[in-house]
Amino acid sequence: MTASTADHPTRRDFLFVATGATAAVGGVAALWPFISQMNPDASTIAAGAPIEVDLTPVAEGQDIKVFWRGKPIYISHRTKKQVEEVRAVPVSSLPDPATDQSRTKDGHEQWLVVIGICTHLGCIPIAHEGNYDGFFCPCHGSQYDASGRVRQGPAPLNLPVPPYQFVSDTKIQIG
Amino acid sequence: MSGPSSYQPSHPALKWFEQRLPIIGLVHSSFIAYPTPRNLNYWWTFGAILSMMLGVQILTGVILAMHYTPHADLAFKSVELIVRDVNYGWLLRNMHACGASMFFLAVYIHMFRGLYYGSYKAPREVLWILGVIIYLLMMATGFMGYVLPWGQMSFWGATVITNLFSAVPYFGESIVTLLWGGYSVGNPTLNRFFALHYLLPFLIAGVVVLHVWALHVAGQNNPAGVEPKTEKDMVPFTPYATIKDFFGVTCFLIFYSWFIFYMPNYLGEADNYIPANPAVTPAHIVPEWYYLPFYAILRSIPNKLAGVVAMFAAIIVLVFLPWLDSAKTRSNKYRPLGKQFFWIFFVVCIGLGYLGAQPPEGVYVVLGRILTVLYFAYFLIVLPLLARIEKPRPLPNSIADDVLAKSGRAAPMVSAIVAIVAAASLFAGSMGEARASEGTEMPPSAKWSFAGPFGKFDRGAVQRGLKIYKEVCSNCHSLNYVAFRNLAEPGGPGYTPAQAAAFAAEYKIKDGPNDAGDMFERPGRPADYFPAPFPNEQAARASNGGAAPPDLSLIAKARSYKRGFPWFLIDFFTQFQEQGPNYINALLQGYEDNPPHGVTIPEGSYYNKYFPGNAIKMPKPLSDGQVTFDDGSPTTVAQYAHDVSTFLMWTAEPHMEARKRLGYQVFVFLIIFAGLMYFTKKRVWAAAH
Ligand code: FES
Repeated sequence: MTASTADHPTRRDFLFVATGATAAVGGVAALWPFISQMNPDASTIAAGAPIEVDLTPVAEGQDIKVFWRGKPIYISHRTKKQVEEVRAVPVSSLPDPATDQSRTKDGHEQWLVVIGICTHLGCIPIAHEGNYDGFFCPCHGSQYDASGRVRQGPAPLNLPVPPYQFVSDTKIQIG
Repeated sequence: MSGPSSYQPSHPALKWFEQRLPIIGLVHSSFIAYPTPRNLNYWWTFGAILSMMLGVQILTGVILAMHYTPHADLAFKSVELIVRDVNYGWLLRNMHACGASMFFLAVYIHMFRGLYYGSYKAPREVLWILGVIIYLLMMATGFMGYVLPWGQMSFWGATVITNLFSAVPYFGESIVTLLWGGYSVGNPTLNRFFALHYLLPFLIAGVVVLHVWALHVAGQNNPAGVEPKTEKDMVPFTPYATIKDFFGVTCFLIFYSWFIFYMPNYLGEADNYIPANPAVTPAHIVPEWYYLPFYAILRSIPNKLAGVVAMFAAIIVLVFLPWLDSAKTRSNKYRPLGKQFFWIFFVVCIGLGYLGAQPPEGVYVVLGRILTVLYFAYFLIVLPLLARIEKPRPLPNSIADDVLAKSGRAAPMVSAIVAIVAAASLFAGSMGEARASEGTEMPPSAKWSFAGPFGKFDRGAVQRGLKIYKEVCSNCHSLNYVAFRNLAEPGGPGYTPAQAAAFAAEYKIKDGPNDAGDMFERPGRPADYFPAPFPNEQAARASNGGAAPPDLSLIAKARSYKRGFPWFLIDFFTQFQEQGPNYINALLQGYEDNPPHGVTIPEGSYYNKYFPGNAIKMPKPLSDGQVTFDDGSPTTVAQYAHDVSTFLMWTAEPHMEARKRLGYQVFVFLIIFAGLMYFTKKRVWAAAH
């Protein structure tokens, strides 16, 4: 509003600056509700509360897929052989170095809980496929091992581990 | 939009661009260098106000569409979820709903200004007709938008208005079926109305561009109604008109915010907080206030087809106005008779609006007919006649002379504003009047902690009300839109999340199917909603003597009563909007064992002083000592009624405290800003005088 008085710099006095600044502050503040409304609403947030999963039906060598916050979570009951394999790999040789111990809970090393979303572009990897006895992403051929760590292909990172804890030996709480 | 541009960019990049697409030059010549008469008064800022309102409606509308579900089963709920769950959803919805009213208010002022100052006369006929087209599009858009929340008024408004087309001879029924996409108003109707409601505003925006284009070709009219002759008559649009428009817009925003933050339901209908029910028509169907004058014309003609024709003719006649009024003098300032008839016409329009909200019976019908005749007489008899017999007062020589002649005459403007505000509230209040119900007492006004601009819920009362709901009301009434998590949200009963979770866990919630495909019960979680006492409406009906107990989530907004003259005027200024809680409070205490002499109450019903019609199916729900309180509050029916009304006001509007708090901040800001704008405007215009 005050721009048109640019040719009379003396007129850019306090009043014009104050009015312009107030308008700018008000305009920016008024934008906030319009941006904030895009965030998840209260019911979506409430629906994203932690869930409990009973592990008893999952036999060794099997895995299940549950949904939490709209994301597929793989829960694998790994075999002894799988655990030994992933713990034997030299960590430094991995594209995204991480130990299997850091990705599982102590005392529950047979359980792997990962978010089943490929870190390349978001496809869902298939369990029990690929060369590493882990996951294989059909979209662009990324391969993950039985610890959900990327071993091959365009994916840059390991499958993320969601926040979870064991509430009992056969029950976990995700979230 | 006014011939070759005077804009000469100096930067080479801008020059390059300007040679290929002279859009900056277009904007410069239309909104910066564009010469505007120097004697324009504040009525001329309504063009800018309308542009702003169109922008606000499109912006908030697009955002609401992101959260809205256009389906007959989900629309009402999705609107409630917008208001309750979406961040600032209540604000966006209030802006949009009140925005429609503000848009129409502004357009009516804009039109009356055009009428008063003769802005439709040569060479501005096309400009005027484009305006009439915009107005028609606005009416269609507003109507379809009102249908979208899918409440009772939405549904029955849609039914009544679409049925207007059944008056068309021979093809009527087929046209109506075509409009509905079914054999009655239903899901296909809602879907197409949503699509069109989204489309039409962009058409309006397109016609607005043409309107502004035509304006810039013909040039603006002005209060003196004389064409500009010399440079001295004009000032450049920027900064003079811009700053004045901004000031006008700011003042309008203050008025608009009063509705958004303090009176969001003042212009609405309580019935629209009841979900659409094709089996029950509300007692009085009233359109939104901005259609009332035409609704009155429709009803005052006893023949169906003639009524519809008259209603549309009342708008179409505006198209011919430039030729009906052939007087040479534009401005009514210089037409002694024209001015008087203009104000008579203004009163006729307000009167029609008032009558449109009254029940079509008795004296209202007669008055409606008289005013309808007067309405058309103004256009078809008075204006053509005046052009021939009136002797206008001498016009000023030029705009500059006009400016010199009047100095410091703001009084007419002020009195006109007062008249318009009073008229608008008359409209608004008359809607409340339309829902009159005979033989029932008006609920007394109770004291509420949440009333007024700084009102807050009494936490204790909300908590006690919750307890009463849980122990008594919930046996029959659902609370479908309230989740346990809401109990821990700010502005509510003030429980901690842990308390809310514990409260939820006391309920059994049906969930499933599980892996075996079975439904099962589990303890409630904060994200769950209060379970309903009956699995469906039929079961509720069957267990309650044929009357399904209504859901209570919105009951405090879905019930209202007429306050009558002059209260509805005063209510606008005192922000009174506690009809709902007053009604609930009174109803719960309004039972009497023995109906007054001469009143018979049918079997299975009970006498209640405040229930419309007095025969209520709900037996007296509360008696002294029924619910115990930990905080030592009296265990009386009066206390119960007060607490449960408070609780239900909270369930009806869980973000009320946030609304009033933000309203306070916005008002402080806008008032400071308006003050700054006023002085800035004075400073800028000092150079022009
Ligand atoms: S998304 Fe999985 S490899 Fe590309």
